[in-house]
Amino acid sequence: MSLAELICPAGTPAALRTAVDAGADAVYCGFQDATNARNFPGLNFTPDELAASVAYAHDKGTKVLLALNTYPPAGKVDLWRQAADTGALLGVDAFIVADMGVADYIARTHPGVRLHLSVQAAASSPEAIRYYCENFAVKRVVLPRILTIPEIREIRKEIPCEIETFIFGNHGLMVEGRCSLTNYLTGQSTNMDGVCSPASDVEYKRHTDGSMSSQLAGFTIDCFGADEKAGYPTICKGRYTAPHRSEPYYAFEEPISLNLSRLLPDLVEAGVHAFKIEGRQRSKSYVRGVVSAFRQAVDDIRAGREANIADLVALTEGQKQTQGAFETKKWR
Amino acid sequence: MSAGDDTLPRAADLGTSVLARLSCVIVQPVLTRVVRRVAKQHPSLFSRLGPHQGTDFVIDPVELPFALHLRPDPQALVFRAVARNAAPEAGATIRGKFMLLLELVDSEEDGDAAFFSRDLEVTGDTEAVVRLRNALDDVDGSIAEETAGMFGPAGRAILARLRRAYPT
Amino acid sequence: MAVNDMTKLTLGPIAYHWSTQTRRDFYARVADEAPIDEVYLGEVICSKRAPFHEADLPATIERLERGGKTVILSSLAEVMLKRERKATADLAAMEAPGIEINNAAGLFARGKRPHRIGPFMNAYNEATIAWMAGRGATHVCLPTEMPAPAIAAAAAAARELGLGVEVQVFGRASLAVSARCYHARAHGRTKDNCQFVCEEDADGMPLRTTDDRPILRVNGIQTQSESYIDLLPEAGQMIVNGVTHFRLMPQAVDMVAVATTFRNVLDGTHSLIDGEQALRKLCDGISFSNGFYHGQAGYRRIAAAAAN
Repeated sequence: MSLAELICPAGTPAALRTAVDAGADAVYCGFQDATNARNFPGLNFTPDELAASVAYAHDKGTKVLLALNTYPPAGKVDLWRQAADTGALLGVDAFIVADMGVADYIARTHPGVRLHLSVQAAASSPEAIRYYCENFAVKRVVLPRILTIPEIREIRKEIPCEIETFIFGNHGLMVEGRCSLTNYLTGQSTNMDGVCSPASDVEYKRHTDGSMSSQLAGFTIDCFGADEKAGYPTICKGRYTAPHRSEPYYAFEEPISLNLSRLLPDLVEAGVHAFKIEGRQRSKSYVRGVVSAFRQAVDDIRAGREANIADLVALTEGQKQTQGAFETKKWR
Repeated sequence: MSAGDDTLPRAADLGTSVLARLSCVIVQPVLTRVVRRVAKQHPSLFSRLGPHQGTDFVIDPVELPFALHLRPDPQALVFRAVARNAAPEAGATIRGKFMLLLELVDSEEDGDAAFFSRDLEVTGDTEAVVRLRNALDDVDGSIAEETAGMFGPAGRAILARLRRAYPT
Repeated sequence: MAVNDMTKLTLGPIAYHWSTQTRRDFYARVADEAPIDEVYLGEVICSKRAPFHEADLPATIERLERGGKTVILSSLAEVMLKRERKATADLAAMEAPGIEINNAAGLFARGKRPHRIGPFMNAYNEATIAWMAGRGATHVCLPTEMPAPAIAAAAAAARELGLGVEVQVFGRASLAVSARCYHARAHGRTKDNCQFVCEEDADGMPLRTTDDRPILRVNGIQTQSESYIDLLPEAGQMIVNGVTHFRLMPQAVDMVAVATTFRNVLDGTHSLIDGEQALRKLCDGISFSNGFYHGQAGYRRIAAAAAN
């Protein structure tokens, strides 16, 4: 059986301490710039904050993974290299990378630090994963949320590295690292700038009937009736019309979150080494609630008990949850 | 989660009365002390606000007779109670039930979840609100408890009673 | 615009599920009439569509080569299923024609043998391009969303390494790919049970916002821009900056005329203003954009700073 490590999000030093205290085996975080895919306003770590946070985490036996999982545009690669150098200096336990140039730099310059392949690299086949393992000595791959459990089991047999899968949180629909939707409407790139529906371009409008519309850069993404639950103002969770769909419909996906709490034993059995909780942009309250619930569940599974996961639906987007592609390929 | 799915009460008519103005006068000294103390205890809060230290936030606890005006400028901190019809033009407005807002300040409640459930409303500059949320979320401990503590056992008793009155 | 016989025009792979007959006619015209130097063939978007066109491939290649075009086969952007893995491995095993790789699974299978890097490979910077060149890449198509300064820096680095550098200058931008088929979803089906409904939309299925603004196009698992990218006004600057190949993506318009327009302006036989007017006429009712190039929202149309 795999170790079933619990990998938890940390958007701020306080959230990091919360995750550590709630039982995270590892936390992942990023700097306050474009080098990571949650480059959101007011979020993330200064080098000093990371130094103190690494000390706090290591003191309690928790690992710190540094996300450097965006794609540097030509001419700006140094920012990513410096971030890697700083991370190595501060003693992070692994880098989470997507770009081959960044991976190559770290593999050569900091061979002592583990490399994890970010979901942003979109490696969804044994061959793609082996490419990164053989060339950059990647030790773990974070799988895209598009594979069924039998498919994960098959991949596990053919790759030389560990597998990490998302088990809870925002349910990205598009292949990560290949999405320019935000850039198309806002001029800020998910891959190069680390943003997705940047808050600076988001506007909510209240209407007299109690409904609320969300706009991104002036484009209406959705309009929620007075009694409807809301979601993030991301393009892939918006409602649109099509020639034969005159009523607005969720063309890509409705506001919904991934929750694999019921599938944890199957994932362990399929050879998954680590469970990732999404949500560096979420609050300490979310981190506390989700991490403690999954800590308990993973401990139960490790001890051979039946896992009884707390109800987390209140924390989910649109207050709805799904097992997505993990449960059935009909999702596709 | 806040109990009940009832929509937020319409606050517009609430905040204009004589009562509103009177309430503002009464709570103002408290607010001033609170915000100065929080700013002193948690200076790192301001760096996460970035360019929005100068933004006017209107925090609108829908069931109270007044709204709150916050401008988190470390040089000239503003935190005052205002009658709704006297509120400044807001860079960003945050509306919700008072207890929810209090819990958000203390990270006992998740802002995104409250937004998804429609218990929390955000209008105006969304980035300003996200920055304020992230700045407050990085504060360890409870600002509410600290505030209550400023007023001794009586303050803590009031906070406890308040929490019991709002089942969550 | 300066005379630039050296800059090559390429025709990207057809993104849509055009019928076999449409494809035959399309490539026959391209072979005979289009001033295009290089043509990319093959299914990049959906592996389910590939069997419809595979039988025709040898004849199409032969036809295009007879017309003086260089043919390159493009690999799938998304590789997950057995048939996708096999298709990628088979393509990587080919000696001729040249291949363009769009997924790391293809890089794995190709080893150090020569290949081109496709726009889905995320070759955003000089470090990545240098890495790829060291593993046999001879040519790189940059990601469509890259802004001008990054294109210039990437092109300079790639040229230094002896690589060809390609940028998409015409057609809808690929904005996202997914494991889920949005054409099937729109028709209440799943990907496995899609009945190839995407065939109905030769230029993508338009999505509009609830306030009736055109925004995106759905093409099976791919999401595209509503607007066509048009970088004809920016072509001169890109040539100066080292871009060697301009890619035209096949849309449901007269692509021979589109290619001719680009060629004429590049060769200096037509003015940019005439060229732009011609494109406008050819793509009636379609909005043009160049925002990505100018570092702004991709859908925007930025007036050229200095047309020449």
